[in-house]
Amino acid sequence: MHELSIIQSVVSTVTEAMSARPERILRVRLLVGALSGVVEGALQFGYEIATDGTPLAGSKLEVVSLPVVIYCKHCEALREMEGVQSFRCPVCGTPSGDIRQGRELEIESVEIEEAA
Amino acid sequence: MTTRIVELRKGVLKKNDELAHELRSRFEDAGLLVLNLVSSPGTGKTAFLERTLRELRAAGARPAALVGDLETDNDARRLAASGAPVRQINTHGRCHLEAEMIGQHLEGWNLADFDTLFIENVGNLVCPSSYDLGEAVRVALLSVTEGEDKPLKYPTIFNSADIAVITKIDLAAACEFDLGLARKNLHEVRPGITILETSSKTGEGFDAWHSLLESLRAGHPSLHAAHT
Repeated sequence: MHELSIIQSVVSTVTEAMSARPERILRVRLLVGALSGVVEGALQFGYEIATDGTPLAGSKLEVVSLPVVIYCKHCEALREMEGVQSFRCPVCGTPSGDIRQGRELEIESVEIEEAA
Repeated sequence: MTTRIVELRKGVLKKNDELAHELRSRFEDAGLLVLNLVSSPGTGKTAFLERTLRELRAAGARPAALVGDLETDNDARRLAASGAPVRQINTHGRCHLEAEMIGQHLEGWNLADFDTLFIENVGNLVCPSSYDLGEAVRVALLSVTEGEDKPLKYPTIFNSADIAVITKIDLAAACEFDLGLARKNLHEVRPGITILETSSKTGEGFDAWHSLLESLRAGHPSLHAAHT
């Protein structure tokens, strides 16, 4: 359970990035790869507590889950994987360690209230 | 109410990743091979390192170790019996090591005095996978008492590893451990991973481990993949 420290890092990164802006933060959009080692439920669980008393208080956390994408040498194509238990091309069955997506743990964007 | 989206595109673990990159440069400059050992609690990381450090010292190598646990310095004391420099990192509840802790615990050490640094992570197969410690090689350990399907249950960490070490191989028959199946499962979650079968009790498999360490120190390219 390291999700609380992940969330604290989200809060400090967003707070720092948005420090010059007076607008209220409504939503934080987080990209979470299937291989990032982070679970959405645990992130949501800690979000309200971790944002309390910060500029992110009252905002929503939106988690966008990204599946693993591998490059298949045999097909010469990018392939999306259904899970993380097998790293074989779903089309031809060739194993691949060439991971092109799935390790992300990134704050993509922040939704703010536009000043009237 | 009108709203607006502000793009940030910032890595959540950016601070850790930056520190890990600095550490990696320091290690490379010092010619130091650094390995991060991850496993469940009880897999036998410490016993594996005890024998590794002892045999490396006997062969004239210059290993050192950092060992992470929530509490106690029991493991550091066990490892220090080898004569190698060892430091304990107590995380006081944290379930993993972070790059910052590594940096802090290297203070006062001259990295050029060592040729290999082992970092024994906190026993945990989930959280350590997210944190780069600046290592060149990540080693995931799995004991025969844990079952062949451990890699399928914890694919994230096994996928992030460069080497898998199966420990307690002397107990394999008693546990009815199916080595072929374990190997198949490891290759399923991490195609091409290097697999060693070892017993820290009998020393089985340690010759292969020492040759692997030697080739890594010589800069064997295929295993020197960074994790980021």
